[in-house]
Amino acid sequence: MGKATRAPKKSRRTMLFSPANNPKMLAMAHLYGSDCVIFDLEDAIKYAEKDAARDLFAEALKTIDYGDTEIYARLNPLYTEFGEKDVRVLVPAGLRYMRLAMTDTPEQIKELDALLTEVEKEHGIEIGSCKIQASLETPTAVNNAYEIATASDRVVTMSFGAEDFTRTLGAERTKEGKEIFVAKSMVVMAAARAGIDAIDTVWAFLDDIEGFKKEIQDSVNMGFAGKSCVHPSQIKEIHSIFTPSKKEIEKSLIIVKAAEEADIENGGVIQVNGKMIDIPIISKAQKVVNLAKAAGVIK
Amino acid sequence: MNKLKIIRNKVNRELPEYIEGYGEVKAYAGPFATKPEGKKYAPTKGFSKPGDKKLVETIKEAIEKCGLKDGMTISFHHHLRNGDYVLNMVMDEIAKMGIKNINLVASSLTKAHEPILEHIKSGVITGINTSGLRGTIAKEISKNNILGKPVIFRTHGGRARAIESGEIKIDIAFVAAPTCDTLGNMNGHEGKSAFGAMGYPMVDVKFANKVVAITDNLVPFPLKNISIEMTDVDYIVEVEEIGDPEKIATGATRITKNPQELLIAEKASEVLIASGVIKNGFSFQAGSGGSSLAVCRFLKEYMRENEIKGSFASGGATGYLVEFLEEGYFDALFDTQSFDTSVIKSLGKNANHIEMSSSMYANPHNKGCVAHQLDMMILSATEIDTDFNINSLTGSTGMIMGAQGGAPDTAAGAKLTVVVAPTMRKRIPIVTDKVTTVVTPGETVDVLVTERGICVNPRRKDIQEALDNAGIETKTIEKLREEVEKLTGKPEKTQYSDTIVGVVEYRDGTVMDVIKQIKK
Repeated sequence: MGKATRAPKKSRRTMLFSPANNPKMLAMAHLYGSDCVIFDLEDAIKYAEKDAARDLFAEALKTIDYGDTEIYARLNPLYTEFGEKDVRVLVPAGLRYMRLAMTDTPEQIKELDALLTEVEKEHGIEIGSCKIQASLETPTAVNNAYEIATASDRVVTMSFGAEDFTRTLGAERTKEGKEIFVAKSMVVMAAARAGIDAIDTVWAFLDDIEGFKKEIQDSVNMGFAGKSCVHPSQIKEIHSIFTPSKKEIEKSLIIVKAAEEADIENGGVIQVNGKMIDIPIISKAQKVVNLAKAAGVIK
Repeated sequence: MNKLKIIRNKVNRELPEYIEGYGEVKAYAGPFATKPEGKKYAPTKGFSKPGDKKLVETIKEAIEKCGLKDGMTISFHHHLRNGDYVLNMVMDEIAKMGIKNINLVASSLTKAHEPILEHIKSGVITGINTSGLRGTIAKEISKNNILGKPVIFRTHGGRARAIESGEIKIDIAFVAAPTCDTLGNMNGHEGKSAFGAMGYPMVDVKFANKVVAITDNLVPFPLKNISIEMTDVDYIVEVEEIGDPEKIATGATRITKNPQELLIAEKASEVLIASGVIKNGFSFQAGSGGSSLAVCRFLKEYMRENEIKGSFASGGATGYLVEFLEEGYFDALFDTQSFDTSVIKSLGKNANHIEMSSSMYANPHNKGCVAHQLDMMILSATEIDTDFNINSLTGSTGMIMGAQGGAPDTAAGAKLTVVVAPTMRKRIPIVTDKVTTVVTPGETVDVLVTERGICVNPRRKDIQEALDNAGIETKTIEKLREEVEKLTGKPEKTQYSDTIVGVVEYRDGTVMDVIKQIKK
């Protein structure tokens, strides 16, 4: 199979945040249909409850069938007394995806990579099966985006966090988002270069539905693979905009089929319905087909 | 002592053939198995001559004039819901007069009626017939059997049937009336204590030997909009207030923001759409619970996008159903009790908003009822078992804490009955192998929609096929129960004594289940 017709990977259109210390949400969050759920052990959990939340989440991982949903933990930073323990308890319990908050440098990824390798070895888990989402939330992080994305093969997604970014930048967070546009573009570009998914920041203005829709469309246009969300009611809206339309899918299927029949992956041009189609167009069509498959719209 | 013979009804519940304080048990045999015989009951004739006055000074005087005696049966409605003052006022007066052994027939009992606890304990009330029971009275009956004999629970349609058939013979019906003229014409949608439709007392007044209207809005004869006619009314009492308006109706109906309820509602609407029942001319009823009401939102979107107009909606009317009517999504709205302020207002001004008696709503033994014309019904449940039986009356602890309402009536009548329920509440599983109390039989329930999956009653192969064709994933209810039990564990069963504290009648008067006293 050539580059232009790569197999679809799992879709990551939505990443729903949920606190890790709420038994109901641990049992419910994946039912709202987001592609990924991030159970938060960091900001959402008080210091006094860190151990209890971790233990509860570990039990949930052992008990609950989360189906196709990718389950992440937002780890406490490794420089705190909780971060390493999060990894040592949750990975044996079944956790395979973890978000490293405030990732500023590739060294932080390497540190987590080393820890994961150690824990995988200790528990007989295939080396490399634990994956990392690097969360870029400062100007330093954004500047280091490509180095972070390529610091380990475990890094499969990179997310952008606007709140901390604007705070550290000294800018006001606005609905229009001009203050974060450049940073977002840099994250998407670095992710694209590294061949991983870029995940856009949350929309914090829950009551502004129109603004939310516009921001989702902007995310799609910029090249993000998905968007973080803080409420289940946001999932449907994000999916509807991140999932290609029926018309787009039909058109792309025709192009992909024609390309496969013509076997032009090493270059060249084909004709579909009287139009000249080249490799970039075929790649885009394949992306649409992959997205549709990952979203379950087509089989 | 001879041991009573035990019989088993169609939902596999074991029942004694005779229950002390209730009588002979007719076992439930199927939703339409009972065919009525004989004539309807008739009350005593009335008499009037020109110049007669019906207005009396006090409730006591009305009681005296009606000739209330020990052992008689009196009825009330619950349209004033949690704001009702009337039932307590009348019962207090009866107690003061030293009358005992009263058989109370209420369309339902709410939190407002907790003061009657003392009258039960003192022997003023020795019989209770109701659709629902909650709070302290329910607890005292479930745990301590303070009534000393079973409460008889009836559905809304079943109550109307029992009154019309004479199984319940009402000596005096006390009717709280938000507006009443000097000759007894009444309506429920005007006045400071307006509650809307008068569905329950519309039946009572036709079959009670005496009728007393109690109003806080006495108007000159003739009242223009009449729900209950003077022809059935003996006496009128004017009081300062019949209820607390704050607790009678809710303000504006709001669709839930609870994501779990919305998730269930969205899945339920997908089931309705895939089943093919939403088409021009369809009819619909939904309960007022979170998910049931939220189904309306998704239904409306679908109707708008596909330019579908329904025939009628019915209820238990909520503000949302009124919106449906006003925006032209349905031709008519049948209303037996009105939940929201906007419904009360609409009833007085919209000719397509039709007030109906509980008999017209759901009585299976008249010559046609609205519940039997429904294409679809959305119900909620306290428990549902793997036979699709629904409990809406008792908690898993055995405590009485709910009502039958119109659920068994509409489930039997509707072409498609969909139950919307979460799979667990707190840590209690809702999907179980055997419900604590059967209220609505599984053979009248078609689909269960939960946040963890959709289950189709195996009796409905047509619905299963329609959902399969639409690509809607379903699972067996046994599988769903297993999944839920894996999370919740299997709760310990409540222990009961042999004393029966409640008899659950099906709408046709057969016995669906009994509620036993919780073991101390």
